[in-house]
Amino acid sequence: MEAKQKARNVYCISGGISKFAKARPDVTFQPMVKEAYDYALKDIGLDTRKARELFDGSVASYFSDHFQRQLMSGIMVQDYLGLCPLPSHRVEGGGATGGICFQEAYKNIASGIMDICVAYGFETMSHVNTWKGNEFIALASDISFDYPVGGFYSGYYAMMVVRHMKEFGTTVEQMAHVSVKNHINAFHNKYAQKRKRLTIKDVRNSEMVAWPLTMLDICVMSDGAAVSILASEEGIEKIRKATGKRPKPVKVTGIGRGTDAMRMSDRPHKDVILLPHEKKSDYKGLKYPGIHSFRAGRTASKLAYEHAGITNPLKEINFVELHDAYTSSEIQTYEDMGLCKYGEGGKFVESGAPFMPNINYGLGKLPRQGEIPVNPSGGLIACGHPVGATGLMQSVFALWQLQGTIKKHLGDETLQVKDAKRGAIHSHAGTGTYVTVSILEKV
Amino acid sequence: MATQMNTKPVTTARLVSASAEREKVKLPETDDGTILFRVPFPKDLKDLHNMSPIIIKQPYHVDYIHSFGQDSPFFAGLANGKLLGTKCPKCGYAYGTAKVHCMECGALCDWVELPQVGRIHTFTVCHYGSEEFLKETPFILILVEWDKVNTLFLSRLVGVDPKDMNLNWVGKKVRAQFKRNAKFRPTDVYFVPAEEEC
Repeated sequence: MEAKQKARNVYCISGGISKFAKARPDVTFQPMVKEAYDYALKDIGLDTRKARELFDGSVASYFSDHFQRQLMSGIMVQDYLGLCPLPSHRVEGGGATGGICFQEAYKNIASGIMDICVAYGFETMSHVNTWKGNEFIALASDISFDYPVGGFYSGYYAMMVVRHMKEFGTTVEQMAHVSVKNHINAFHNKYAQKRKRLTIKDVRNSEMVAWPLTMLDICVMSDGAAVSILASEEGIEKIRKATGKRPKPVKVTGIGRGTDAMRMSDRPHKDVILLPHEKKSDYKGLKYPGIHSFRAGRTASKLAYEHAGITNPLKEINFVELHDAYTSSEIQTYEDMGLCKYGEGGKFVESGAPFMPNINYGLGKLPRQGEIPVNPSGGLIACGHPVGATGLMQSVFALWQLQGTIKKHLGDETLQVKDAKRGAIHSHAGTGTYVTVSILEKV
Repeated sequence: MATQMNTKPVTTARLVSASAEREKVKLPETDDGTILFRVPFPKDLKDLHNMSPIIIKQPYHVDYIHSFGQDSPFFAGLANGKLLGTKCPKCGYAYGTAKVHCMECGALCDWVELPQVGRIHTFTVCHYGSEEFLKETPFILILVEWDKVNTLFLSRLVGVDPKDMNLNWVGKKVRAQFKRNAKFRPTDVYFVPAEEEC
């Protein structure tokens, strides 16, 4: 299993996000996507008509048909955006749907089939109550063996982190660090749903959902949309000719994806899949992935890094937007992505490495603060998680970081990672069933 | 305030003359109504862009005919007090949750009886859950492990106080118990602390 790379150069050139909210009863999903789409078009000087003339097609991203009780929502967005009769298709892969959509748009460009492709994603989760919503999400677990036992994703993640705690000594306070970091980051992100200054105590004292995960360890349900526009060099040139202004592109230099069994109980207990900077002796006696680690996340990282030529991610990546549906899964993902070794994720967050360097988190002196900001946007925990939009939202934030346009888009430059040259985005489904990692670079 | 609208059957106006020979084309009419919260309407149509959304409730109930298919013997086993897993005759990989074809080598697996005493590989106490299980909270989920079995099994643990949860539960021995009246769900088996642990 090795990354293969015989493709055209692909660039991300524009993006937009609707303000993530608990509910958007003022609109159905189509105008919500249009908010993000129009923003992305405006940023490169296009309008609906011109976009339809120049663009070659789109990919639609949304997870659940249950939430809306509407099949083929994708085409309803396509027509509302004025993109008919251009080619399009819908992708679905649970929580990773947005990340998969981004990569499918990448493939449309890389293969030479398209010069400009729109990746749009959305989810409207407010149409059912939170616990019915949890039931729908739990249907993304084996309905013969898992769901009927008490199917509940927070329960599944709780079982995973209990094993992580037992295996590696990870603590609930370390997990709370993630929540504090992401909520405080989101304080500076106007698109985020939850913008809060929290303390470790607040996180631990909030209501218990599934031990040891509290309400503030877990992302919430959201309504929201995000759009990312990808193009080839020819596509960028077409837009320049049409508008007289060259978009500021960011290059997509690597994509990777991995999978694992749907049922957690089916995960193997074998050897660690190593990244270039790791040795077999680092993991003597560790059974992998078990349920404490994500083999899909490691595989996706490995392939994306090979594709982008990254051999030591901590040293060669400037920021990461990753899928923190749970504080615990952010810690697990540091390890899968090789930002630290397996087992060191708890200590890694405690050290301050994934915090922004310029923000006071009220946690005293963090020895490694700002080494590699993770989820500067606030991540899923604070931005919200409208599933189909989430992975694309990450790509938009990564684009703005690498363009150096955070201030322009957020009206606040606190979250701008200084001199960001390379970023990684990570999208994750199920209990780690589909995971995508994509690498974006400043050009 | 809720307004009950349109609860009576509606007589459709005739769209074609009675003398017309061809059959009348019309959508079928039903007499179910809609509970509509708020029905605003402005005098000036320009103001419609500022109108509040109309939000209605749409119940949705479905009975699925779900076949356990190749996994059916597992549920038949539970109904007979047996906990079944599978084992690959070719490569020896053993499944704590039945897989009828081996994920490792693709061969057809044999059904085997699992030991009724295993250990807690991990656990959680759910204080919330999906709507269907909310009424059962707090409940304890565990993954059970066995020596010489390569994969795990998801189940409920009863007979311990959820308030006592701590990491030392990992590794404790648990014993399978079966419901007398099988419901043909995986919860026909559940686990209790094995006697030597009491």
